[in-house]
Order: sequence, then structure tokens, then C-alpha cells
Amino acid sequence: MPTPADAVVRSAAEAPGAGLAALYQERILDHYRRPRHKGALDRATGVHAVKNPLCGDDVTVSVLERDGVVVEARFTGVGCSIMQATASMLMDAVHGKSREEIEALVHHFDAMLAGGAADESLGALGALAGVAGFPARHKCAKLPWAALKGAIGSG
Amino acid sequence: MNVARTDFPLLAAQPSLVYLDSAATAQKPRAVLDAIRDYYETTNANPHRGAYRLSGAATEAYHGARRDIARFLGAADADALIFTRGTTEALNLLATAWGHAHVHRGDRVVVTRLEHHANFVPWQQLARAVGAEFRICEMTHDGQVDLDQLRLLVTANTRVVAFGHVSNALGTINDVTDIVKIAHTAGAMAFCDGAQGAPHLRVDFDALGVDAYAFSGHKMLGPMGIGGVVARRSLLEATPPYQYGGDMIEYVFDGDTTFNVLPHKFEAGTPNVEGAVGLAAAVRYLDGLGMDAVRAHEVSLTRYALQQLATIDGLHVQGPATAEARSGVVSFTLGDIHPHDLSTMLDVDGVCVRAGHHCAQPLMRALRVNATVRASFYVYNTPADVDALVASLRKAKVRFGAHAG
Repeated sequence: MPTPADAVVRSAAEAPGAGLAALYQERILDHYRRPRHKGALDRATGVHAVKNPLCGDDVTVSVLERDGVVVEARFTGVGCSIMQATASMLMDAVHGKSREEIEALVHHFDAMLAGGAADESLGALGALAGVAGFPARHKCAKLPWAALKGAIGSG
Repeated sequence: MNVARTDFPLLAAQPSLVYLDSAATAQKPRAVLDAIRDYYETTNANPHRGAYRLSGAATEAYHGARRDIARFLGAADADALIFTRGTTEALNLLATAWGHAHVHRGDRVVVTRLEHHANFVPWQQLARAVGAEFRICEMTHDGQVDLDQLRLLVTANTRVVAFGHVSNALGTINDVTDIVKIAHTAGAMAFCDGAQGAPHLRVDFDALGVDAYAFSGHKMLGPMGIGGVVARRSLLEATPPYQYGGDMIEYVFDGDTTFNVLPHKFEAGTPNVEGAVGLAAAVRYLDGLGMDAVRAHEVSLTRYALQQLATIDGLHVQGPATAEARSGVVSFTLGDIHPHDLSTMLDVDGVCVRAGHHCAQPLMRALRVNATVRASFYVYNTPADVDALVASLRKAKVRFGAHAG
């Protein structure tokens, strides 16, 4: 008889363990171990903090916008590998993007978590496609996006 | 103790599953599932309502279950056992109905640092509502209630000491007798959250001395949605009703109402007969194993788990050092691997553990952790389950590499 764990793995990949390999691939663990753009941002035009009280994770995103474009974004906070790696990659991805372009990224990322193919525009964030097979972890990957949206909105 | 996995249909159907989250909810033996089905197939009617025989049979099934569960908990007065949805509702009943009648401005309410939110927030909110003082007794370095501090905190104006029998987050078994003595010496009530006690330890309510003891059916092999509180009759009689409706009334007049006797006074509306019948089957199953044997089994498993977990570098166990001082609960962190990452990796190996704050945020804050992984054991667990946990943790450590140091 299949276990729920088996079902999770099958939805993520073909063979047991492959789902986990997709979730915790080296590119993601590297962003977790050596996060980019971590720290506070001087002269931020928008700052927003979000928390997940269930796991105690929190993330704060600061952005500097100029002429409708994000010229710099940084994050601080504590959390699991998926949250930290997403935040690190996301800060990379939004550099030089307009609000409209970021909204499109949000749409593509959500579609990827729902099981769709990773849109090209997601770039390195496409490595997080493995999270789709682990519904309990979707909120980990979405937390930095929520902080980013708040930071841009508050600017 | 040898419990057949085949007694538990879910575990029998999923032989590779390593279920280590019984502190959250227990799996159910076939005897419980059969009792619920049998009730609906042979006895179902609304109790207390009809004069026909089937309703009488349903009434008898419901109160027979109450007698069985009261006997299991060592309470001679079965009608002082009030059924609720579970421990949470039982504690809210005490804090709301007893609390608002007996706790006033300037009084003191005392809880401990180890409490589950269900035995923390109701008292905190009661204190805020009536203007009472809410005090928290801290714990010692090994996760025990600091009894010296408790003696100082429980003053003459203290109305209630609310404490857990067993900590759900750390597994600490509290010294109920000592805490009751401290409360009663000051003239305060001693209310015990038994959600993690009743499933694992022999409970003798009449000998424990607590004024009320709350419990949940689903953590002791019974169904979800049934539990209760067993209390001193005089306390319940001095407590106004919690909810109003059918069954709990005696006479209803246009301008006033008189209330029914115990236990009906606190059981408004159609009761959860299925739940009571299922829980009665669960306590008969536990009685069949013998609660002393259940405890011995868990001590032995917990001792083995503590030994095996200690062989993993960077693994830090929270709470009491010995298996004897704790229930079958082991809460830990592994290096700086986030508990949710660990939980996901264990899940892929079929190992079910809880990761998070265990509904005890004030405790987690005091431990200076955001979350822990918690493995908890029950009658159906074996040393092989511990081995599977340890093997999976070792794999997780390799995947996260140096970060687990």
C-alpha cells in the first residue's frame, strides 16, 4: 500500500528520493548557505516585514525604487532553507525590474508552484520548481514574495 | 508489551509508515472504529429525548461510556465528568464559566512556562477581562516547573493554578502532588491540563487532589471531537453554565430558566454519542494493555531514542535528561537545519514528526528557539521506528553537509 510520503514523492518526481533531490538541489542550498543581498538597505523607499507564526520564520524586504524601477533590494530574517534561498534568488531577480514586470514574475512563480512549467523570465528562481511537489512548503517559498510586494506597495 | 500493528487499520495498510506524532493525535485501533460503526448500526437515536426504547438505548450507550471513562480516570463520581470537544473546550469551560464567576479584579491567576496555548491563552484572557494579575511560573534549566518560584508566586489572592500534567512540547512529567499542595495551601484551585497525561500515565483523579482534570479522546486512541473534564462535584455545582440550550435546562419560563443537574448542566445540545462510545472503546483497549505496561513501554522506547539520538553530532535534545522524567516525547534540533527542512526530509522516508512551535510560543521563546522537531511515541511504536528516525536524520545531515555541524 502506498504511504502519503510515497504520494508526495511521486508527485514531485519519478523515483523515491528524486523529489527531495529536486527540492534541495545544490543551487538552492548554495543560496541558503551563502545568501545574496542579505542585510539592511540604506535609503530604502519601501520596507515590509512578514511572519509565519506557524514555523516562527520571518523575513523583511527593503527596496530602493527609482523612476518606477527597483534598483536595489535586500532582505533580513530567519527561516528554513526554502525561505532563505527564495529570498536570496528573488532579490537577484527583481533588480532592474518595474512593478509590472515584478507582478508578472509573481504570476509565473505561483503558476510554477501550482505544478506548471517554470517560465523563462523566472531565471534562477526556476530551480524552486521542486517545491511544487511539497504543498506543506509552498508557504515557505511565498513568504519573501509577500514581503517584496509589501515593500513595493509601501514605497 | 506487544501491540499488534494489525490492531490499527491505518498502520496495517501503510507498513512503511513510521508514525511518530502521537502527541498530536494517536492512530485508532479497530476496536474504536468498530464501536462507532456498531453504535450507528444498532443504537443510534437522540439520547434523553424520546420515550421509545431506541432513544433509551442511545442514552444508556452515552452514559455507559461516561462511566467507563470516569472509571479509567479514577473518578468515582461519573456525573462529575463533563464531555466536551476536547481539552481545549474543557479548559475554556473552566476559564470562562468558573473563571468569570470566581476570579475578580486584584486576584491572581498562575500558569507555567510549559503550557500549551490552550492552557495559557484562556487564563491570560480571563485575567485581562476581569482585571486580575496573570503570572507565569518559569521552568528550571531541564524543563521542569520551578516549584520554588511557584511557592512564591502562589499568594493568598491567587484563585487558580493552571498547569499541565505532561508538557506537550518537552514531555516533562510534572509533580502534580507538589503543585496541588502549593495551590491548596494558598486556597487556590488546581486545574490540570491532562491532554498529554491521560493517554500515557495511570490517572487516579480521586487521589491526585486536583480540582479539575481536562483530557482529549483523540490523543488516547479515541476519535477526534470528544474529550472532557472530570472535576470535583462541588466545583461544578458552584460554576454557572457554559453554554445554554437543550438538555441543560430544567424549566424554562418567559423571564427565567432553571438548570438541569450534573452532567447535563454543562452539556447543552445533542451530545457526541459516537465520540463517547468510541472513547469508551479506546479506554477499554488501554485497560486491556494495562497503563503500567503502556508507561513501561514508553519509558523503554524513550530511553532507547535518547541513547540513539545522542550518537548524532550536533543534535540537541530539549527538556529533562532522563526517560523516567518525561513522557514518550523527544523534542530536538539538529545543528542549524531548520525543523521544517528536517521534517520534509524525514517525511520522504515515511517518518512523520511534528515540526514547529508545538502550540507553546511562550515556551519556545524562553528556550530561544523558533521551532523544534518533536518525535512522540505510543503503544504501537517499536525500537525499529526509532532506528528509522535516526537513519533518516543521518541522511538529512549529509544532505545539508557542513551546515549541520
